[in-house]
Parts: sequence; C-alpha cells; structure tokens
Amino acid sequence: MATYEAWNTDRAHGVIAGFTGVPGACLPVLHALQAVFGCIPPEAEPLVAAALNLSRAEVHGIVTFYHDFRRSVPGRHVLLVCRAEACQATGGDAAGAHVRAALAVDWHGTSAGGVTLEPVFCLGLCATGPAALLDGQPVGRLNPARIDRMLEALT
Amino acid sequence: MTRVFVPADAAALAVGAEEVAAALAGHADVVRTGSRGLFWLEPMIEVETPHGRIAYGPVEASDVPGLLADGLLTGTAQHLRLGVPETIPFLARQTRLTFARCGIADPLSLSDYRTTGGMAGLEKARSIGPAATVETVLRSGLRGRGGAGFPTGIKWKTVAEAKGDRKFIVCNADEGDSGTYADRMLLEGDPFSLIEGMAIAGFAVGATQGYVYTRSEYPHGIAAFDKALVIARAAGVLGEGFDIEQRVGAGAYVCGEETALLESLEGRRGQVRAKPPLPAHKGLFGCPTAINNLVTLASVPAILRDGAAAYQAIGMGRSRGTMPIQLAGNVRFAGLFEAGFGVTLGELVNDIGGGTLSGRPVRAVQVGGPLGAYFPPALFDTPFDYEAFAAKDGLIGHGGVVVFDDTVDMAQQARFAMEFCIAESCGKCTPCRIGSVRGVETVDKILAGTDVDANLALLRDLCHTMKFGSLCALGGFIPYPVLSAMNFFPEDFHRAHRLAAE
Repeated sequence: MATYEAWNTDRAHGVIAGFTGVPGACLPVLHALQAVFGCIPPEAEPLVAAALNLSRAEVHGIVTFYHDFRRSVPGRHVLLVCRAEACQATGGDAAGAHVRAALAVDWHGTSAGGVTLEPVFCLGLCATGPAALLDGQPVGRLNPARIDRMLEALT
Repeated sequence: MTRVFVPADAAALAVGAEEVAAALAGHADVVRTGSRGLFWLEPMIEVETPHGRIAYGPVEASDVPGLLADGLLTGTAQHLRLGVPETIPFLARQTRLTFARCGIADPLSLSDYRTTGGMAGLEKARSIGPAATVETVLRSGLRGRGGAGFPTGIKWKTVAEAKGDRKFIVCNADEGDSGTYADRMLLEGDPFSLIEGMAIAGFAVGATQGYVYTRSEYPHGIAAFDKALVIARAAGVLGEGFDIEQRVGAGAYVCGEETALLESLEGRRGQVRAKPPLPAHKGLFGCPTAINNLVTLASVPAILRDGAAAYQAIGMGRSRGTMPIQLAGNVRFAGLFEAGFGVTLGELVNDIGGGTLSGRPVRAVQVGGPLGAYFPPALFDTPFDYEAFAAKDGLIGHGGVVVFDDTVDMAQQARFAMEFCIAESCGKCTPCRIGSVRGVETVDKILAGTDVDANLALLRDLCHTMKFGSLCALGGFIPYPVLSAMNFFPEDFHRAHRLAAE
C-alpha cells in the first residue's frame, strides 16, 4: 500500500531540481513526481515545462501519451490485471471479469474499498498466467478463489 | 548450514516463492537466484548436497515442514523430488548459452559471475581490439533477437564507422510482447551478462555511455538491474570509459520500436521516427547509436569468450546460434527453452511443451507476440527460423510461443489485435491510428452478421493498407494475427451467418 503526499509546489520544485543536467529528463522527472504525489496533477505541468525548457503543451502531450501517468491520485491499492494473449489463453478474460465483478468497478476505476483497477498488456508472467501485479507484487495462476483470497487480504 | 536455492524471479514469486523462502529461513542457508525457467515446476528449489544439487518442485510453503522432516536438506526426501536439475528432460534437451547462468547462481554476486565464465568475453574483446570484436560478432551470425533479425555485426560496424563526438549503446528492454519474458528473466537472473555485453558493444563501436530502457511493468527486473549497476560500478567494471544508466518506460508498447524508444529516452512522446536516418548514423540525441535487444547484447559475452565459430556452428540456414524460446499460455510445460534454431513448432508445442495445460486439443499458436501470426497445427512442421516463419506469413519476433486450445474464438483474437493497436498506436501514421479503429468496427459488423462477405473483403483490404502503409511494425504487422485468423480459421468469422440460417 502506497501513501502519497498532498500537492505542494515547493516539494515539486525540489523533486524536479534533482534532475538538473540529466539529458532527456522528462520521463524520470514525471516518474519521480508520480512516486511522491501519486499522479501528475495539472499544476505540475508548468513547473516541469519551465525546468526542462519545454512548452506546457509539450509536457501535457507527454503526460497524456503514456498509460502510466495518472491525472488523479489512485486508491490505496493498485491492481494491474493482464489482458494480453498469453493470459487470455489460460482464462485471463474470465479472471478480469471476476475481478471487475468482485470490486464492482470497470477498468481504470477505483472500488469503494480503495482498489484502483488497471488493465495491462503483459507483465512477463506469461508462463504462470493469468497474471496480475498488486501494489507491485506479482500474483499468478489467477482463478476466482485466488482472486477472492487476494482481495480479502487487502485492508 | 546447507544451502538451498530459491528463485526470486517475479514469476516464481507470483506462485509463492517468497513464502517458501520464509518457511526455509532458519533451517537452511537460503540463496535467492533467478529462475531456471521451468515455470510449471515453480517454486522450484534446489538443495546443495555433496553429490550435487537436488531439485524439488512445485513446492508450497505448507510442504516445507514435511520436506524438512523427511530429509530435504540431504536430498533424500522423496515427495516433490525432481532429482538432478540438469537431468530434467526439459532442461537436458536445451543448449544454454545466453541463459547458462540464469537460475543457478546468485545474480548479484560478481564473483559467482566471474567463476562461471563471466567477464572472459570482455577481456577477450580488449585483447583483440575493437575491429576484431566487431568482426567476431559479424562472423558469429548473431541477428537481432528483438524480432527484426538484423545482423548485429553489421549494425555495430556501421556505428563504429560513423562519425560523431559521442556514441551510445542503447539496450531495448521494453519487452512488451505477450508470451515473452526472456529479457525479464535475465534482468532478474543474470544482469551482469547484459552489463558485460553492453561493455563489449561500447568498446567495439567507441561508445562511452549506455542506456537500458526497461518497461515499467517489470518492477523486480528494474530493481535487480539497478543493484547490479551499483555493484559493477564499485568493482570498476563500469565507470571510467563506459557507464550505463537504466531508464524506465511508462506503459507504451510502441516504445519497443527502436525509434519510438529513442524519442522516449530523449524525454518526448514515444512517437516513431521516419527512417532514414538510421539510428546507427543519427540515433540518441542525434549521435551514432547501436540499439540492440537485451537478449542480443546478453548473447555477446559467450560469443567473444568461446569464439564466433562455436556460435555459428549452431542453428539452421541464416539463423545462427541459439534462441531462447518462451513457451506460454495454455501449455503444460510452460517455460524458457533455449535451443539452436531449427526445432519445429510442433516439437515445441507437443513434444517439449507437452500439449495444452487444459488437456484439450491445440487449435492455434501465436508466435512472436501480438504482431505475430496464429498458426494452426497444419503448420507445425515450420522450423523455428527467421526465414521459414516469414515464408509462411509469420514471424518469430522475440521468441514467444503462445498456445491456445480449441475453446479459443479466433474472430475475437482478430478483434483483440485491432483493439490492442488502438490502445497502443503512437498516432503518427494514419493506417495504424485510424485503421485499427476501423478494424474493430469491421470485425464487429462481421460478428453481427452484417454484410459478412463484403466486410471480410474490406477487412482484408484494410490489412493490406496497414501492412504496406504504416510507418513501423506496430501498424505494419498487426495484419499478421488478423489475416492468419481469417485464413486458417474462416469458420469463426461466419458464426453469425450460421446462427441466422439456423
């Protein structure tokens, strides 16, 4: 379970300053900001733009291009469930449907219990699928019983 | 205390390796390793005995007390006993060069790495000089393991001869193809082989800086490789003359395409660049850049150490050396099988893979990731070889083999290919950006029974446009899974017809 800091301009400036002189720093900066604040809020864009000598439009374009960068803070838990072919071949679609039903959310949604559900195309766990990544920890061979146990263990 | 080796590979963790390690703590000296790649046996643990290692698997944490009581630490416990790992048929049949160390040694022990032949390739390169190093890679016949299959030696020669103030080595570890996990296994299980391979590449072409672009979906691989970089720097393997930095992607499949990857490394949207200029002439930050797949780079140390001829002697046709083939999906013995090129698809799926996990008949096998064709059992005589797969309108890609049983709906798989392309298109070229949307719409019409024959013809025409009109392999190869599904499994596209007739 991750905890995030509330948006704070001074703190953001401090994070961005850590990348001074790094060539092509935009992705590392955005990853660092998201690790601290849980997302890349709109307020972050002009700060990143000024520090990296980019336009705000360019930074907005970069943030919205990549699936990983969020615009709002996720739930207390983040669950990535693989939707790709190797997991489909072992019942991934059914596992995805079971997760959505159990959490009562669709993809990209956050459940009442604070679990943000994201689809992902491949976790490299294709020999032990269907696979998921729960708060960064891999879970394989998903079936309804394992999914229920995994979700019940969350606080 | 007796040493017991327990994988810390992400796929082993996904099925409980951490709990097994915790159950063994205090009873044995637990050494964490990568995975041998026999994933149906994970968590597979190995006990060090005076007669060599004895493997057990698949072990659950609840099995550990009983195994300990029955003599696990002397290798005499019989329950779940697999014997000497190298005698397990799946391993015994392999030719492990690139994955020789993976799953055996502590991946973060540089001394283990050296005692198992590591760094001998880099020393050899330094003793023969840059030109002879490029020549050795050229003569080995090594081709890009990311999928394109371009001769690595020619790429290196081009970069070596290119004029530039700075040159770069870029490792493509954006392993986004479903059914592939070889890069991940090496990042976690033998990171020094990549570091050594990149150091050799840097020496050969005159580059001073390397970048590894790793996908964010691999948090364990990222952490392991960052630790390995710190160790290599402290030991003087990296630092003065050549250093490596790892950069993390952000969930864009298209960044596995080399020019999109370079854009992303430079801090922009991962949009494909038109070629020429080739990255070898004008790559990262406009400098000459050798961009290679992770497996390609990790294959180089053994080639330098053992010589080009030894590597070249393995394989078939123009596909030389070994390929780490990754068996995935609905297959009984799912795992990494490194072998010389030439093994047939049927051998891989039925013989080595043991058929489906579900026990039902195999219906389709997708080779080469989401851009690869679906092959029916009728094509199982196709040898694993770049040219043989291309001749049958397929590709071997990064070596992923995903098995499906007879419950698969191939029209849905064709629809998924187009849907995936919508989600992952970089948007730069029209055939890919718009074609994928029209593709999903057209498959939906076919499945709804609307003008089926006309829409099938339209879908075929659309695939033709995407194949020849797209800027990169994403839009250009998405037609492979779609067309192969239509060609080999036409009945799945006529279901609405039949339902209407009934």
